[in-house]
Amino acid sequence: MVRLRVIPCLDVKDGRVVKGVRFQGLRDAGDPVERAAAYAASGADELCLLDVSATREGRASAVATVRAVRAAIGIPLTVGGGVRRVEDAARLLEAGADKVAVNTAALERPELIAEIKARLGAQCTVLSLDAARREDPEGSGGPPSWEVIVAGGTRRTGADAIEWARRAVRLGAGEILATSWDRDGTGEGYDVELLRALAAAAPVPLIASGGARTAVHMGTALDAGATAVLAASIFHDGVTTVDHIKGELALAGHDVRPTPTPTPLNFQ
Amino acid sequence: MSPDVVLVRTGVANVASVSAALRRLGVEPRLSDDPAEIRGAAAVVLPGVGAFGAGMERLDAAGLVTPLRARVERGEPTLAVCLGLQLLGLESEEEPGVPGLGVAPTRTRLLTGAPRLPHFGWNQVEPDPGCTMLAAGEAYFAHSFRLDDGPALAAEGWSVARSLEGEPFVAAIERGAVLGCQFHPELSGAYGAALLERWLERAALPGWGGVA
Repeated sequence: MVRLRVIPCLDVKDGRVVKGVRFQGLRDAGDPVERAAAYAASGADELCLLDVSATREGRASAVATVRAVRAAIGIPLTVGGGVRRVEDAARLLEAGADKVAVNTAALERPELIAEIKARLGAQCTVLSLDAARREDPEGSGGPPSWEVIVAGGTRRTGADAIEWARRAVRLGAGEILATSWDRDGTGEGYDVELLRALAAAAPVPLIASGGARTAVHMGTALDAGATAVLAASIFHDGVTTVDHIKGELALAGHDVRPTPTPTPLNFQ
Repeated sequence: MSPDVVLVRTGVANVASVSAALRRLGVEPRLSDDPAEIRGAAAVVLPGVGAFGAGMERLDAAGLVTPLRARVERGEPTLAVCLGLQLLGLESEEEPGVPGLGVAPTRTRLLTGAPRLPHFGWNQVEPDPGCTMLAAGEAYFAHSFRLDDGPALAAEGWSVARSLEGEPFVAAIERGAVLGCQFHPELSGAYGAALLERWLERAALPGWGGVA
């Protein structure tokens, strides 16, 4: 059976890896190519590269970063950020992405997902979903719900996250990258209820994102139905390595791919 | 010595990852859709090209059906990846009625046993004893369709490697210097690089002019 995947994520701005909390307060976290090569050597099953540049110049540099990362690594690369048209997706694939993640533009114009699927295939089409918990002002205590949040976490849309995921898969998304806005960068663990709801709603692979600090967090997400776990800060900050996390997941009984050759705990 | 490797220009997806993987092995592939180049190259890579129908249409429009068939029938160094492998078969459930290249006696169907599709990720590959390029190990897959297994493949000289995702399925086939992979060797880390290297070594050898 297919292995559960551990995916380091590089948020890239103007050619550098950055990381913040709830998408804000970005700080420098190194060179993307060096990071990518180190994570691949440490047993990363895939890499995710999200372009968080706000400018056209930043977008152009992201394509150069994708090309440089692709030259260095022989594992799959998902790239997202600023994909508004099918041509943007094709350009990223030409630069060396294997999958392209769509977010804000797809919510504004859902046919974008169908267009990318038709031209590049469902195996290239990833829905990047940023979900924020809805307040429960009446204290009804009912089941939780989430709304889609776009534009780098700055705009709540009111759209129901689970319903949007379902629709995106019908349109042709082959994978969902689900980031909890509430947990992103906090180290408090993934929003497991969100993952459970998405895993039940959509029959495609599901990547958990936002809030991971430990292998226990990751194991909980995999138990909830995620087929991959994504993390950024813990790998960038040298809190742990991919190799170490996978070792812990394997000990806890999760079916992960063993790292071909072990690397030291602290590579920095 | 690095052989002359031509990457079939299909107009879509995934050429960059294949090129990068070959470059890491010291080979600079040329991109081409010229039938004469495809016929004459020491080695040819047919990458994944989106959907089955569109893929065959493109090969047909570029006049590549005959040269690709000839390469595979003669056992000349040819690597088909993902959809490229499916195109070697007779037809696909993905696009009923569209004939494939028809050089491997098998059909493509949906991977029905998988709990979630597409089948994304690393999975174990188990080669038949007859395989000389394919080794046991873990490779990266990204697909929803797979080839039918069966004695017809062996009867025509193909050795098979298999994987399991809800059901057993064909992970790769090889015959002579022809290698077809459902997985992506270019994305399969050290395992994939070693496999590409064995295929390139074979391509560099003289005498792959026919299969028994």
